Amino acid sequence: MEKEKKHLFDKPENVKRLLIIFFSLVGLLFVLDFFVDTHGHFPFETWPVFYAIFGFVACVILVLVSRYVLRPLVKRREDYYE
Amino acid sequence: MSNVLPPFVIFILGALVIPFLRQRVRSAFVVALPVVGFINLLLIPADTLMTVNFLDYQLTLVRIDRLSLAFGYIFHIATFVTAIYILHVRKSFEYVAGFIYAGAALGAVFAGDLFTFFVFWETLNVGSVMLIWARCSKRSTAAGFRYFMIHIVGGLSLLAGIVLMVGETGSLAFGHIGLTGLSSWLIFFGFGVNCAWPFLHTWLTDAYPEATIGGTVFLSAFTTKTAVYALARAYPGTELLIWIGVVMAAFPIFFAVIENDLRRVLAYSLVNQVGFMVVGIGIGTELAINGAVAHAFNDILFKGLLFMSMGAVMFRTGKINATDLGGLYKSMPWTAGFCIVGAASISAFPLFSGFVSKSMVMSAAGDGQMVAVWLVLLFASAGVFHHAGIKIPFFAFFGHDAGHRVEEAPKHMLIAMGITAFLCVFNGTFYKPLYSILPYPVLYEPYTLAHVVTQTELLFYSALAFTLLLLSGIYPAEMRAINLDFDWFYRKPLNGLINGVAVFFNGLNRLADRLLVKEFTAAVNRFAANAMAIVVWTLIGPFVRDRSHTLQGQFPLKTRVELALASGTAPVGLFAACAGLLIVVLFVYIVF
Repeated sequence: MEKEKKHLFDKPENVKRLLIIFFSLVGLLFVLDFFVDTHGHFPFETWPVFYAIFGFVACVILVLVSRYVLRPLVKRREDYYE
Repeated sequence: MSNVLPPFVIFILGALVIPFLRQRVRSAFVVALPVVGFINLLLIPADTLMTVNFLDYQLTLVRIDRLSLAFGYIFHIATFVTAIYILHVRKSFEYVAGFIYAGAALGAVFAGDLFTFFVFWETLNVGSVMLIWARCSKRSTAAGFRYFMIHIVGGLSLLAGIVLMVGETGSLAFGHIGLTGLSSWLIFFGFGVNCAWPFLHTWLTDAYPEATIGGTVFLSAFTTKTAVYALARAYPGTELLIWIGVVMAAFPIFFAVIENDLRRVLAYSLVNQVGFMVVGIGIGTELAINGAVAHAFNDILFKGLLFMSMGAVMFRTGKINATDLGGLYKSMPWTAGFCIVGAASISAFPLFSGFVSKSMVMSAAGDGQMVAVWLVLLFASAGVFHHAGIKIPFFAFFGHDAGHRVEEAPKHMLIAMGITAFLCVFNGTFYKPLYSILPYPVLYEPYTLAHVVTQTELLFYSALAFTLLLLSGIYPAEMRAINLDFDWFYRKPLNGLINGVAVFFNGLNRLADRLLVKEFTAAVNRFAANAMAIVVWTLIGPFVRDRSHTLQGQFPLKTRVELALASGTAPVGLFAACAGLLIVVLFVYIVF
């Protein structure tokens, strides 16, 4: 019985739906940023969509550095210490 | 006063009773113990000091003030949920170790003098290493030894600092210290070891993932947070801490992205979160200290929740590597839900606990116009969402279906996770109670429109980066591999050095053993045993007419002399002659 049961994300249309909701929220936040006074402690915080760009760029850099710089340096076989 | 006990007494005495209880009684006992402790703590009036005289000093066993109270509350809560979480464990050992560990943490945060503090600080190490060894695997044993060694170094540094400081000032008081002289630096370093500062952090990422399922939940709550407390007590406003904290917040996220063992990912994110607290202590303003304490409080909850959810996965599937997991939302939906609450809390989503505490530290950095610090912390905020917020739930519960069809986590684990998840949401939504127990009055308001929007924006665009990188295949695939960290230095070169030294000294030892013990001693022994016979035979040999002459049924004369002297059965005359000879020799020696 367990095998026949389809779960939430087994259906591709559900995954698609989730992605559509997610991308719309991302778009909504982009628009919202222009209507909210985002002033904080530093002048650059008021730049349009500063947080969006920062979050995106930060994570891309994080992943690229981890994958292409750190991993080649530190990756070893699982039994390296044994 | 007389009807309350020092908080640690309840836990430590309780721990000693646990082995004598039958399983059902024990289960009730370990859950009730933190409740009793908590009520006791509430009954102790604020600003209480409990002192006791020891040798020439007056020790302050308990000091209740606002800073220690905040930690005292959360330590009780953490012990309570962890005790529920580990109710499946049959052996008493883990309960005893856990309660001694938690009791030591309580003793340390309430200690009013350096001596008492040091005693509990070391007890903390003993309790925690037991939780690592309780796993009883070869790896956990080795990791436990490494863990213990590093903490011994930190403890000795602390002890040396305390001894010097007491010598200088004549006072045992544990209050503000600040970086002044050698003694204060030694204490600072001792705290730093437990706080998992960069380069010193490897005991954490090495050993925590090797502990038992419940052990890791215990461990994530106490050692680093006690160190955070100690730094907040003794070194608030020390600028160096800002930079130490910034590095702590930033570098572990890179390791977390490529790490396969999901509990080790959480260990790296633990270092990252403690980084925020250390920055707060370094800034040292009222807002920053409040932020550090509030974040410690929340971190114990959401990090505990994340470790609990991963522990439940491990309990059911026996796997913890991302490469072996995925799709578990189908069989463990509740655990998946609780994990997501923990992930949202650590990522500081609005309405979840991280949102109201992490931002206090960020805001304090902003108030001080520390642009670089603020930007790195913002980077770390995006990064922590990336690895702890998305990676943990995604690779364990969603992503590629690894085909595990297991039962949902046991009830007691779900209850423990449920309580913790509730507290994470409660602290994030109704933040006033949390703010009311912080060391200083709080003027900070987390829920401004700007804060909610900017934080949501930061997180959603981090998630967007994750989604796009994953869909495009750039996101690093999980690999069955380990990643080197600074522990490499003591696990490889230092280990090589030890082996080299061992080869040299063991060789020297063997050589000395052969030459001195075996050969030289044997030679002396042989000579001493036969000396008399040689002397006697040398003297009488020339006078024996026929050396080969033997009487019927007797040995040759030489053999008989040797036997007689070896067995002490020589004719009296021979002994007398020898003794006389000795006297003559001595006489000649003395006279001339």
